[in-house]
This record gives sequence, C-alpha cells and structure tokens, in this order.
Amino acid sequence: MNTAMTMTPKRFRPGFWSAIAAVLFLAFCTVTVIRFTKGLGAVTNLSDKFPWGLWIGFDLLCGVGLAAGAFTLTAVVHLFNLKKFEPIVRPTILTGFLGYAFVIVALLLDLGQPWRIWHAIVYWNPHSVMFEVAWCVMLYTSVLALEFSPVVFEYFGFHTPARIIHRLITPLVILGVILSTLHQSSLGSLYLIVPSKLHALWYSPMLPLHFYISAIGAGIGMVILESYLSGRAFHRHLEMDLLEPLARGMVVALGIYGLMRLQAIRRNHAFGSILEFGYEGKMFLLEITLGVILPVALMSFRKLRTNPDWLVGSAFMAVLGFVMNRLNISITGMEAASGTRYMPSFMEIIVSVGLVATGMAVFAFAVRIFPIFPEGEGAKSLEMDKGA
Amino acid sequence: MSMGLLVDTTRCIGCGACSSACKEQNKLPGKVEEVLTAYTWTTVQPKEGLNVRRMCMHCEVPTCASVCPVAALTKTADGPVVYDAERCMGCRYCMMACPFEVPKYQWDKAVPVVGKCIMCAGRLKEGKQTACAEACPAEATTFGKKEDLIWEARTRLRSKPGAYVNHIYGLSEAGGTSVMLISSVPMDKLGLKSNLPADPPAMRTWQVLSNIPDFIGVWGVFLYGVHWITARREQVAKAGNHDNGREDR
Repeated sequence: MNTAMTMTPKRFRPGFWSAIAAVLFLAFCTVTVIRFTKGLGAVTNLSDKFPWGLWIGFDLLCGVGLAAGAFTLTAVVHLFNLKKFEPIVRPTILTGFLGYAFVIVALLLDLGQPWRIWHAIVYWNPHSVMFEVAWCVMLYTSVLALEFSPVVFEYFGFHTPARIIHRLITPLVILGVILSTLHQSSLGSLYLIVPSKLHALWYSPMLPLHFYISAIGAGIGMVILESYLSGRAFHRHLEMDLLEPLARGMVVALGIYGLMRLQAIRRNHAFGSILEFGYEGKMFLLEITLGVILPVALMSFRKLRTNPDWLVGSAFMAVLGFVMNRLNISITGMEAASGTRYMPSFMEIIVSVGLVATGMAVFAFAVRIFPIFPEGEGAKSLEMDKGA
Repeated sequence: MSMGLLVDTTRCIGCGACSSACKEQNKLPGKVEEVLTAYTWTTVQPKEGLNVRRMCMHCEVPTCASVCPVAALTKTADGPVVYDAERCMGCRYCMMACPFEVPKYQWDKAVPVVGKCIMCAGRLKEGKQTACAEACPAEATTFGKKEDLIWEARTRLRSKPGAYVNHIYGLSEAGGTSVMLISSVPMDKLGLKSNLPADPPAMRTWQVLSNIPDFIGVWGVFLYGVHWITARREQVAKAGNHDNGREDR
C-alpha cells in the first residue's frame, strides 16, 4: 500500500470533465421534461412489439450488476475475514450505492407512472419476479446507505451512530449479501418466463445463476477499473498487491460462468446458431470473447496479472463483455421473436449517458469530501501533506 | 363456472363487427387498427385466405397476472383476465412476458395505462355474453362455458375432418386458455405462436420464487457460519501469539 502514498494532492478546480458532466446532466434534465410531458413514445424507440429497451437492458441490468463489487468485497472482508482488502471496501460500497441510485432514477423514467412506485409496497404479488426485484432494490439500497453511513457520520463528528453501525456490521453485511444474491439472480429470473421469446443462445433455466456469477466476475472487474480510474484522477499508483488476488477471483468467477454458459448452449442444442454466424451468433461470439475468454485466458498468467496495463485492460474487457451480455439478453436475443429491430433513440442514450456521467461526478465529489480512499483527498491527505 | 370463446376461422367472413362492437362496449377511441393496440382490443387479420380474429387468449394460468408486481392483472372465476388500471405503475413486464403478445401500451400518453381485451367481464357478471360474440353475424365467435366450447370444437373437427386441421389452439398452449381457435390451415401459418410450451410459463419463475424463503435461511446461516469460523480463527491466532510472547518473557 505504500505505493499509494506517492500521490500529489490537488485542489478541486472545475475542468474539462466537470463541464462535460454538467452538459450531459442538463441534456438528461431536458429529456426528462419531454418524457413526462409528452409520454414515453415521444422520447424512446420503444413500441408494443418491443416494450423494454436500453433503460432496462443497460441502466437496470448493468447498473445493478456492476454494483456487485460491493457485496463481494464486504463479504470478503467482513465474513471471510481477509482484512487486507479493507482499504478498497469504502470506494466499492460508494460505487454500489451510486449504482443503485442510478438504477432507481432510470426506473423512475422508464416506469409509465413512476409516482405509483410505492404500489409495490402496498399491493403484493409474490408470484412476480418484478415484485422481488422491487423489494431488493429498496432494501439493498438502504443496506448500502447504512454500510456507507459511518463515513458520513464520522465526517460530521457524530460518533455514536457511527459506533452503532460499526457494531452491527456483521448482520448488516450478511443481510447485504443475501439481498444481493437474490437481486442479482432475480434479474436473470425476469427472463425465465420468456422461453418462447429469448434466443436459445441465452435462454436457460439456469439464468438466475448465470446472472449471479457473471455479476460477481464483472463486479470484481469493476473494482479494478475503478481503482485505476480514481488512481488516475488522484495521481495514485494502483494497489497491485490487492488487485492481483482480486483478478484471480475474477478468473474463477468468469471461468465457472463460461462453463455454465457452454452447458446451457449444449442443452439447448444451440451450437448451430453460433456456426451459422448470423446476427445472434456474431453478437454472442463478441460477448463471450470479450467477457469470458480473453479476461480468463490473460489473467491466468501471473506475469500479465501483475502488470497494471494488462490487468486494467482485462478488467475493462470483462466489464464490456458483461454489458454486452445484458444487452444481448434484453435486446439482441429478444428481437427475432418480436419480429422487429430495436435501436435506442438518441434521447434514450442521452438519459443513460447523462446518468453515468452524473454518477461519476458525484463519486468524484464524494471522494474529495469524505475520507473514502485510505490516502484520498479527504481530511487525512491534508495532514499527510503537512507531514511530508 | 368458467366461460370462454370459440373462434372458428373457417366461418369468419371478416366483416369486423366484433372489433366495432368491442370499441363501442369499451369506449375505445379511434378506428379499428390492423394489429392489436392499446385502443384496439380485437382485430381481424386476413391470412392464407382465412380471417383470423386476434384478441387476448385469457390464459388459465395467465403469464401477465403472474409477472405483475402489483397484481393489477388477475384471472377471475368467470374466465376473463381483468386489468386494474388504478394499480398499474407501468413496468410493462406483462407486455414483455405475454406469450401471445397481447397487452399493449399507451405510448402517446403522459399518464399511460395498458390496454387489452377483458372478455367483457362486466357484461359476464350481468349474465350477458361478450359484445363481440353478440355482434358476430356468422357465428364465427361463440360464447359459452369452456367445457361446452371444447365439446363443440371437437364435434366440428370430427364431423368435418377435411375442413379443419386437427388442432384446437388454446387447449394446451401456455397451459391452456379460455379463448380457443380452430382453423383449416395450420396455426403457425396464421401468425399464431406455435412454439409455446404446454406448461404455463409462470411455473418457471414460481419454481425459483417459491424457494426464496428456504434459501434466505440456509444462506444466512452459512454466511454467519463462515464469519464465526474466520473470526474465531483470528481470536485463536491472537491468543496463541500472546501466550508465546509470555513464555518468551
């Protein structure tokens, strides 16, 4: 960790990236106004034939999936007791929380009547996967907020609530892992009900497990990426002694996931549709090469794992492949049965990109204010600056 | 007593009286469209020289009702699958999941709801038949008890074997439906889904969902067990070091 000490603290000054984020946020607000005055048809390319698009495929499925680093790392540190990973738990929880906030905002835009979102609490239907999804979003967002709250409490000098949360951390983490397990897998369960619609390259009775394990793999990839990005922003070196073992975890998760996908395709007798090399086959190959084959193959070599460039590159590919998988399941794999092609509209893309940019801006802001990184730009770094 | 509809495509003359009656009955705006929309709950499509009436199939175990997170869609004892617009929050999972692609959305509205045939549930309560069956001049759409309709369909298939393909669409599709179709042309050529499993799709998600309470208990105990073991190990390791230290002294 001593490598992380070599950063040079900088004062916040609004620069190029802040300006971009501000412009995207304003564009997002504009689209939001149009969406709520003119209806979903005016801003999206959604239709009766294709009722779920980018906001479900990217914002919901990927937003939740890429937040999986939070439950994975809290379990590793607090349950498996591998305390050396503690320094990167806080930024991971913050990413998880922001990821879920991103999902909620996207859902508020995608729902036809979002002001009725509380109906899920009042009118129950335990037979519905969406009912499970709704409860998991609510409860796990609360758990993430609680897991992160000590940072905020400590900052404002409220030591008693921080101590209470600290005492309760084990049950809280267990609750978080259970909810995440349910939530990650439930997003796959959403598609169990469309055996006649989802393409055989993706449909499987094991979809919940596919979603769960791929989220762990890509969630770890996301932790690596995020360490790299924040390292760049704050001129810190990568914590290679932590990230190298994480990459091993990623190899195992993605390896198991890759095998499960292979089994599912064999059971569906769907190898033919890869060899046909049609639309679905090509998208599948791209997804599986980026998301499974390359990261697993490259990160199996110690030499590449310990090289920051290869490590970050592989993590990036795993995340990209994960995003492709979710888009393939929600869009590519559903197109043939729907009898239409779906391309998100410009305004749909603006909403997704605007939300990602806003999330990143909030992350950057939070990291500057609160002591999130062990030697971040928070109060501690100033002391270090004086000491140096 | 579960009611249903039998649609005989060989009898349909394509006059569209059913669609018009439906619009009037349910106060749906606009003209009758070629495909189902939020404002056209039933329509007649010319296919293979026949006229094929499309509408909600009113499944016995409706996929839409199983996926709706707020239970806005429900199967009534009379047979209709009805929709409570006041509950719906617009997640559109019903549209995504329906094997027959029936529920449609008001994409043009700022406060949108789902639109689909409700088998004139209100009229059925009053002991009347559906508006479409009443309007049909060719007896192509017959309203009645589902068991009687199955009997009627079988009688027609048996008495005129050359005039029909031997398939009652809706008897086993997606677990069976209250609306059934018979035809002289194979169903897949009429644009009807022919790849539907005979078990209700809702069973596939219920198999997972029904196990959640058990799973929570086992997973919670397992995770706490892991924590217990690793924490104990750390304690033992610490105590061991402490003892060693004392001995050295």
